[in-house]
Amino acid sequence: MRSCLVTEAQTLLGLSGVRRVDSVFFGGGTPSLASPNTVAAVLEAVDQAAHLPADSEVTLEANPTSAPGSRLAAFGAAGINRLSIGLQSLDDKELQLLGRTHSASDALQTLAEARRLFPGRVSVDLMLGLPAQKSGPWLRQLQELLGYCDDHISLYQLTLERGTALFTQVQRGTLPAPDPEVAAEMYQEGRALLREAGFRQYEVSNFARNGALSTHNWTYWQCGQYLGVGPGAHGRFVPQGAGGHTREARIQTLEPDNWMKEVTLFGHGTRKHVPLGELELLEEVLAMGLRTDVGITHQHWQRFASQLSLWDVFGSSQEVKALLVQGLLLLDHRGLRCSWEGLAVLDSLLLTLLPRLQEAWLQRAPSPGQGG
Amino acid sequence: MWTLVGRGWSHGRALAVWAAGTAQRGRLEPLPTPTRGAPAEFRAWDRLYTSAERKEKIDMSRFSVENIRNFSIIAHVDHGKSTLADRLLELTGTIDKTKNNKQVLDKLQVERERGITVKAQTASLFYNWEGKQYLLNLIDTPGHVDFSYEVSRSLSACQGVLLVVDANEGIQAQTVANFFLAFEAQLSVIPVINKIDLKNADPESVEKQIEKVFDIPGDECIKISAKLGTNVERVLQAVIERIPPPKVHRINPLRALVFDSTFDQYRGVIANVALFDGVVSKGDKIVSAHTKKIHEVNEVGVLNPNEQPAHKLYAGQVGYLIAGMKDVTEAQIGDTLYLHKQPVEPLPGFKSAKPMVFAGMYPIDQSEYNNLKSAIEKLTINDSSVTVHRDSSLALGAGWRLGFLGLLHMEVFNQRLEQEYNASVILTTPTVPYKAVLSSAKLIKDYREKEITIINPAQFPEKSKVTEYLEPVVLGTIITPDEYTGKVMMLCQARRAVQKNMIFIDQNRVMLKYIFPLNEIVVDFYDSLKSLSSGYASFDYEDAGYQTAELVKMDILLNGNIVEELVTIVHKDKAHSVGKAICERLKDSLPRQLFEIAIQAAIGSKIIARETVKAYRKNVLAKCYGGDITRKMKLLKRQAEGKKKLRKVGNIEVPRDAFIKVLKTQSDK
Repeated sequence: MRSCLVTEAQTLLGLSGVRRVDSVFFGGGTPSLASPNTVAAVLEAVDQAAHLPADSEVTLEANPTSAPGSRLAAFGAAGINRLSIGLQSLDDKELQLLGRTHSASDALQTLAEARRLFPGRVSVDLMLGLPAQKSGPWLRQLQELLGYCDDHISLYQLTLERGTALFTQVQRGTLPAPDPEVAAEMYQEGRALLREAGFRQYEVSNFARNGALSTHNWTYWQCGQYLGVGPGAHGRFVPQGAGGHTREARIQTLEPDNWMKEVTLFGHGTRKHVPLGELELLEEVLAMGLRTDVGITHQHWQRFASQLSLWDVFGSSQEVKALLVQGLLLLDHRGLRCSWEGLAVLDSLLLTLLPRLQEAWLQRAPSPGQGG
Repeated sequence: MWTLVGRGWSHGRALAVWAAGTAQRGRLEPLPTPTRGAPAEFRAWDRLYTSAERKEKIDMSRFSVENIRNFSIIAHVDHGKSTLADRLLELTGTIDKTKNNKQVLDKLQVERERGITVKAQTASLFYNWEGKQYLLNLIDTPGHVDFSYEVSRSLSACQGVLLVVDANEGIQAQTVANFFLAFEAQLSVIPVINKIDLKNADPESVEKQIEKVFDIPGDECIKISAKLGTNVERVLQAVIERIPPPKVHRINPLRALVFDSTFDQYRGVIANVALFDGVVSKGDKIVSAHTKKIHEVNEVGVLNPNEQPAHKLYAGQVGYLIAGMKDVTEAQIGDTLYLHKQPVEPLPGFKSAKPMVFAGMYPIDQSEYNNLKSAIEKLTINDSSVTVHRDSSLALGAGWRLGFLGLLHMEVFNQRLEQEYNASVILTTPTVPYKAVLSSAKLIKDYREKEITIINPAQFPEKSKVTEYLEPVVLGTIITPDEYTGKVMMLCQARRAVQKNMIFIDQNRVMLKYIFPLNEIVVDFYDSLKSLSSGYASFDYEDAGYQTAELVKMDILLNGNIVEELVTIVHKDKAHSVGKAICERLKDSLPRQLFEIAIQAAIGSKIIARETVKAYRKNVLAKCYGGDITRKMKLLKRQAEGKKKLRKVGNIEVPRDAFIKVLKTQSDK
C-alpha cells in the first residue's frame, strides 16, 4: 500500500505539471491507522516530484483513541503539522449511536495531547441533528467543547446515509427521525455562540479564530487544483504535464485491491477522468465559492470567466433581485456572497442561481472567452 | 368487472393515484390479492392463447338460435365472479385447465395490477350437453358502484344473469343494485351461492336472504365453490335450462347492437356486437344507424376471450366486427348496424352513461398538449363513458374538462393514460354536476337558458344572480351487520343524508336506504364506511335527481393567489370544516420555501381558515470537500431541473402531487 501511494503521488504530480504543493491532507476512512512511516514516505515523494515548502499545511485526520500520545508524536515527526480530530460528540450515548468506538474522555484526552503537540493547528468537529437530540443539551456540549478546543471547529449536521446502522434504526422506527427544525435551531445558535467566542465562520460548517483556517479545504471552495491519491480519491486539475489544457474531474479506483493492481501496472489507479466544460467549472465556482464568508469576489470570478461578469450574470435577474431584497444574498462592489441568513439556505439559493448562470452562459456574447 | 379485491379496497386509497405523473406503484401494495394472478401467470396464459389464435376460422352456422344462451355474471366485489368465469372457461375447454388460470378476462395492465376488472369482456363458450352443442356467450361486466352503466350496457345483450353471492358474506349492497338492473331488464336470474367450501360458509342463511330480498325461491339457488370447481357444471346446465335463447331471426335482415368497442391501433375500431337479426360476414357493406356511414366488413369472429375469426356471425350470436372504422364516433355504443340498402328499425339505445364527477385535466407542460390530446382520444374510444369538453384556464393553460362515472373510474382513466400512453397530467379537484336556476336576465341571455349545469367551479354564478342552486343526489343502499348500524347512521348524518328506509334482511343484517348529496359520497364515503364497519358494510347507489342546496364557491389561496386546481363548490354548512381540512392538509404537503407561505380558504373576500408554512431555516449540505463536489453538483442540477417543472402559484413552487394529497381524504368532522 505504501509504495503504491508513493507511486501514484509521483505519477499524478508528473501528470499535473505542478511545481509546488501548498497543502497535503491525509484523510478519508481511518487514516490514523496508517503508519507514520507511510506518511513520511508520501511526503518525501511529494517533495521530490514537486516542491513541498516547509510551511505547507500537512493535515492528518485522526480519530480519538485512549492512549494517543506517542503515536501522535510519531506522526508529528513524520511531517504532520495539523490535526483534524473526529470528535463528533462529548456524550458517550451519542457516540455509541454514531457507531464510534471512542468515549468522550478519549476525545478530550486526544484533543489535549494534540494541542500540546500541534498548538494552534488542531481542529475538532461536532455533530448536530442526531435522532432525539435536543437543542439545549447540544449547546451545552458546544460550550463545554469551547473550554477545551483549539482555534478550529467544524459543525456538521448528521445526514442519514443509507446502509448505516443509524439509518436502519430510524427506518424501523426504533429511533425517531432527526427533526430538521431542531437541527436548524442548533445550527443557528451554534454559529452565534461561536461568533461570540471570537470564531470566524469562514465556511458553511467551518469556524476558525486567530486565522487558523484550513488552507487545504479553502482550496476546494476556491476551485483550486488538487490531486487525489489513494483508493476512491477525487481530484481536479489540469493535466499540464501531459499537455492538457482542460481541467478534469478525476476519480481513483475505489476497491483497494484493484487500485493497487492498477498502480502497479500503470503508475496510477485513475478510474475516471472527465473534462469539465467551461460552464461546468463556472457552476462549481459559484456553488463552492458561495459556501465561504467572502463568497465570490469579482477578481476571483474573472479568473474563470473573463468575458462574463457577475453583474452580467446576476445583475438583471428578477429572481436574484428578490433574493437580494430578502436579504439572503449580497451583490456589490466586492462580489457575490451569502448573508448570515442566506448561508444557512444556500442550497435553495443555488436552485435559482445555477439556472440563471446557465441561461446567461447560453446568451453570452458570441466571442467566447477562454475560461480557466 | 370491477372486481375490487379484498375489503381493504377504498376510494380514498385509490385517489392516491390520480397524479398520473407520480402514480406510485407502492401505493397499490395495500391492495394485495391472494386470489389474483401475478403478471407472470397472465403471461403464461397469453402464450397459450396466441397459439389458439392461429386456428382456422370457425363456422358459426352450426349454432342455431335455440342452442345459444347469452348471459352475464353479476356479483358484489370479491364474491368470486371472476373465479367462476375462469372455471366456466376451463370446463368448456375455452382455456386449458391449469392452475395458472386466474381472472383470465382481466386483460388490462391496470386490472392485473390491482385485481379489478375495468372493462366488460366477452367470451364465447362451446359446451356439449345431452347430445347438443351449445354456444354460451359470457359477457363479463364491471361491477363497481361507478359502473352500473357499464353493467346495463352488457345486460342489454343478455337474456339472463348469474347472480353470485358469497356464502359467508351474504347479500351486499352491490348484489342488490345488480339484481335490480337485471330485474328491470327482465332477465332470468340464476342465484349462485359461492364459496361453500369456506369454514364460516352459511349457504342456508344466504338462501333465506335471497328469498326475502329478491323473492326468488330458495331451491333455485345453486351452491358452488368456484375455487374448487364444486357444482360448477350445474351452473352451465342451469344456464341452458333456465335462460331462454335470444328471440331473434336469422332470416331477417341484419340488425346488430354495438354493446362495446375497443380500439386497436393497427386494425381500428373493434366493435363488440350482439346480432338480433340476420347474418354478417366479411365483405358485407354495413351502415351505422347513428352516423349513416357505410363501412365494409373486414373481419368477424367470436371472442374467447380474444378475437377468433369466424366465417359469419348469425342472429343470436355475440362476437366482434372490424369494418375499417377509424374514429370513435363511428362505433358508438348503443348504435345499431344494418346492411346497406336494407335499413331496419334501430334497437332501443340503453341507459346511457351519465357522468357523475367532473375534473379539469391539463398537460403539465403546454408543449405536450397535442400528445395528451391524442392519448385522451384513444382512451375514450375504449371508454366512451368519459365525456370530454375543451377547457382552458389562466393558470393551467389549455386542457379539458372530463366527466367520469365516479372517482374510481377517473383514477383508472388517469392510470391508463400514464401506463398506456406515458402521459402525465394535472387534475383539478373533482366536482359533481351542480345546477343553478338563474335570476339575472343578462346571464339567462348569455346561457340561453334559465337552468344551467355547472361542471366547472370556475363558472359558478354568484348568489345575487341566482334564484337557487341545486345539487345532484343519489339513493344509496347500505347493507351492514346490525352492530354497526349506529355508527353507519351517524356517518350518514354527517354527510347530510336523509334516511328513507331500514329493513332487516335476516337476523343480524340491516339494509338502509338514504338520499345522499352526491358530492358527500364521491370522494371517500366508501372508505369511511368500510373502516367504521371493519369492512363489513357495503354500499351502492343510484341516481336520484336534484335537490335545492345552499352552495358556495370556496377558493384556496397561497399568499393571496388563488389555486385554480383547488377551487371547490361546497355546502354552506360544510365550508368551514372543509376549508380548514384542506388548509391543514396543504400545510403538510407543501415543501418549505425561502419565505413564509400563508394558506387560506376563502368564500368571496371572507377568509374562513388559515395555516402557515414557515420559511426554510436551514438547507445546505454540511460537508462539501474534494470528494463531495461531483455528487453535490449533480444533485443541485437535478433539483434545479426539477424546479423548472414545478407548478408555480405566484412565486410559490408546488410539487405536482401536493394538491392530490390534499384531495385524497376528507375528514369526517
